[in-house]
Amino acid sequence: MTFDDSAGAAGPPRAARRGRLFAGPVRRSRLQRRLFAGVRLLLALVVVGGIYTAFAPGSQAEDTPKLSEAAQLGKRLYDQSCATCHGPNAQGVKDRAPSLIGVGSADVEFQVETGRMPAARPQQAQVERKQPLFTVEQAQQMGAYIQELGGGPQLPAGTNLREGGDIAKGGQLFRVNCASCHAFSTNGGALSSGKYAPSLKPATDREIYAAMLSGPQNMPVFGDNQITPQEKRDIIAYIQYQKGDQDPGGFGLGRYGPVPEALVIFLVGMVSIMFVTLWIAGKS
Amino acid sequence: MKQSKLDLAGLPAKAAGEIDDRLQVSSPLRRLLNKVFPDHWSFLLGEIALYSFIVLLLTGTFLTLWFDPSSNEVTYHGPYTPLQGIPMSRAYESALQLSFEVRGGLIMRQMHHWAALLFMAAIVVHMLRVFFTGAFRKPRELNWIIGVLLFWLGFVEGFAGYSLPDDALSGTGLRIASAIMLSIPVIGSWVTTSLFGGEFPGHEILGRLYIAHVLLVPAILLGLIAAHMGLLVKQKHTQWPGPGRSNDNVVGIRMFPGFAAKAGGFFMIVFGVIALLGGLFQINPIWLFGPYEAAVVSAASQPDWYVMFLDGSTRLMPPWEARFPLWPGHHYTLPPLFWPTVVLPGVLTMLPLFYPFIEARKFKSKASHHLLQRPRDVPTRTALGAMALAFYIVLLISGGNDVIADKFDISLNAMTWAGRVGLLVLPPLAYWITYRACLGLQQHDREVLAHGVETGIIKRLPNGAFVEVHQPLAPVDEHGHPAALPYAGWVVPKKMNRVGALVPTIKGFFFPIEEPAKPAYPSEAPVSPAPTREGITSGKQ
Ligand code: HEC
Ligand code: HEC
Ligand code: HEM
Repeated sequence: MTFDDSAGAAGPPRAARRGRLFAGPVRRSRLQRRLFAGVRLLLALVVVGGIYTAFAPGSQAEDTPKLSEAAQLGKRLYDQSCATCHGPNAQGVKDRAPSLIGVGSADVEFQVETGRMPAARPQQAQVERKQPLFTVEQAQQMGAYIQELGGGPQLPAGTNLREGGDIAKGGQLFRVNCASCHAFSTNGGALSSGKYAPSLKPATDREIYAAMLSGPQNMPVFGDNQITPQEKRDIIAYIQYQKGDQDPGGFGLGRYGPVPEALVIFLVGMVSIMFVTLWIAGKS
Repeated sequence: MKQSKLDLAGLPAKAAGEIDDRLQVSSPLRRLLNKVFPDHWSFLLGEIALYSFIVLLLTGTFLTLWFDPSSNEVTYHGPYTPLQGIPMSRAYESALQLSFEVRGGLIMRQMHHWAALLFMAAIVVHMLRVFFTGAFRKPRELNWIIGVLLFWLGFVEGFAGYSLPDDALSGTGLRIASAIMLSIPVIGSWVTTSLFGGEFPGHEILGRLYIAHVLLVPAILLGLIAAHMGLLVKQKHTQWPGPGRSNDNVVGIRMFPGFAAKAGGFFMIVFGVIALLGGLFQINPIWLFGPYEAAVVSAASQPDWYVMFLDGSTRLMPPWEARFPLWPGHHYTLPPLFWPTVVLPGVLTMLPLFYPFIEARKFKSKASHHLLQRPRDVPTRTALGAMALAFYIVLLISGGNDVIADKFDISLNAMTWAGRVGLLVLPPLAYWITYRACLGLQQHDREVLAHGVETGIIKRLPNGAFVEVHQPLAPVDEHGHPAALPYAGWVVPKKMNRVGALVPTIKGFFFPIEEPAKPAYPSEAPVSPAPTREGITSGKQ
């Protein structure tokens, strides 16, 4: 499903731009025009063919095994741990797991680094974050394999993806785009039918970036045309700032808002004052 | 003639005499100072509300010195990094300045908000006390009505305050309020546009809310509180029945000095608790919510607890639209929001307002009542109260159902359905259980009065049966049967140490404040010490 989104974001615009480049407004002779038309047709065919091979299903890629070294390592890991569910060529297995063609390395790295994948056998309402089975390096290798199979969104290099981010802009973007599910506090919240948006506390820069790129499960995809890479860095800077921010008003009550405040006013405020009334006035 | 030396010791009396000569205050003042307050902890609940209101006035006045209820757009350049350069209303900016730049501003804001929560909590608990003890009966119906109005005014005042800082959370609340007003048939859109001065949010609402919050509503609150207290002095306190207490007197301590000292101390303690809450627990961190923008809605957006039950009723309401055909091709649609947020609060205002009269009619009672009733002695009322409480608590919990669902890993849909079912099932269940419990407690009281207190001593009769020895409460006649004791409407002693079997407990809450009294007859406790027995063995030895 993510395939269409990411292809829409990365593929066609580039091809379209190239097309415009060739159709310059220069006056030419008829022969020249014919010649150009022929060349254009040829080029168009090459481009289309190229795009086709780039996005062709994995079986084709297997026929031409020119995987990079990392991708080969990744393929080995994939075949061991993921193929049972996602199929030997990541084309998906009906009623078990979706195809990974075109999800991109970002999605794989997110799923594996947060421990969501490999999923546990009995399916719950939602695949949850758990202790990861693989190292970051292994996750990247699997990512490289899926990337080379089918393309898709990729993470930028490096682990510090908040650098150059504007916290204030990020806060504004976070409140508009993310708070409806993850709450102002970044602590998460309930969605319908037992699903939920998790707390962002444990997420690393790369995981946040990847989550936006891939939109895991019930989270929408925030492609680069919706939230630019710079804005993603802003959002990450904001989320990570909030984690370090101490509550200036005292104990923050988990920043869950008026619900814990209600508990405090009754359990701490009223109860302590009731003890005082008993002390002052007695019971008879 | 020589001026006599100034008589310092006589000065206060002389000054007071001079004042009285001019103002004639001594006899009304004496009446007031001699007013008697019964000594029972449950009579102090209303005072908590009074003292929190005073704290609200004090802290609120501090806030007005810096708060600016203006919706003019400004750009933030204060010390809070995550908002720097963000456009916002001046109101929100000034609330941020209060939090981060004004010395002591944050604790004042937090104390103000905690005091608001405590004010409402104390009002509700006080109301429950008054209800369950029947203190609202004739002649005090008017004070009960004032109390109900105080609750709703506090509700409005709190909601207005919550909306003032113009952060995203208060904006969400205001938007819901405008949707609620719009749902009223016929006059809805007129009411909304006149209150907001146009479409929501508009530029008028903050200023209007501010005037309402710092002037109009507090003034009405103050007036009603004064009337409430005035009626209390005029009609005197109710009291629990007991030795020497009747429908015609009040037993307790005088206003001055005993009660004044206690009340002054109590005020300080309430103030202290609010200050501790304000200093230790963060409340309403508006800087996290950001300025109000129409596009911003957060998960876990809740109102303060006293509004939460209406949020709960909205969450539980199924999306039923009522359609009324007007003329061919046209119909009027009543939004589902109308029922839980307009009709329900309407009912919840009217029912309590008229309850004293309904009950008097039902019980055919025209007399004045100055003695309180123990909840168990009026099972119908107590059960009705429990039913209302169950209804309210289900709504309250449902108001926070998304947070509860999230934190306790429950499905939100399950919470909603549990709330819907609970709202229908739990109140009748609470009624039935409470009713039975009241009857059971009554019966036990009567039993103890007739047969005496259970001593815990088991006696074996010659025929082998075991019986428990009872300590009669009344003198026994020549056959050893205790005389019948009437029920006096007050606690029946049910433990031996309540009738003096043990040395009375020593007074003092944290540590003894009196010497333990020496028993009058050293070993003559009413129950003679158990005879020394031989050890019971299995018989094998
Ligand atoms: C037990 C079966 C199972 C195993 C093993 C498993 N997955 Fe998955 N995977 C799933 C299911 C089911 C989903 C769909 C979850 C959803 O989005 O609701 C999924 C989703 C994914 C997605 C997201 C796909 C998308 O459309 O966004 C990625 C990426 C992924 N898996 C990678 C992996 C990798 C890499 C491994 C091996 C380390 C792996 N999975 C092992 C069952 C499995
Ligand atoms: C429609 C609701 C929704 C919105 C809007 C949303 N998310 Fe999510 N988000 C989710 C859900 C649901 C998950 C859990 C997905 C899963 O477990 O596979 C999630 C997971 C995540 C995670 C992984 C958390 C972890 O460590 O386990 C991150 C990071 C994240 N979201 C960031 C964001 C950011 C940043 C935005 C705004 C740009 C955003 N989300 C907007 C629903 C949402
Ligand atoms: C006459 C007395 C009062 C004055 C002068 C006053 C004044 C104010 C002012 C100026 C604010 C906005 C400042 C801020 O952002 O914190 C405010 C907020 C508030 N007020 Fe009052 N108030 C009074 C009484 C009350 C009462 C009786 C209640 C409740 C029953 C109440 C509840 C609130 C609440 C909940 C807020 C929001 C505070 C926050 O956002 O932190 N106030 N008040």
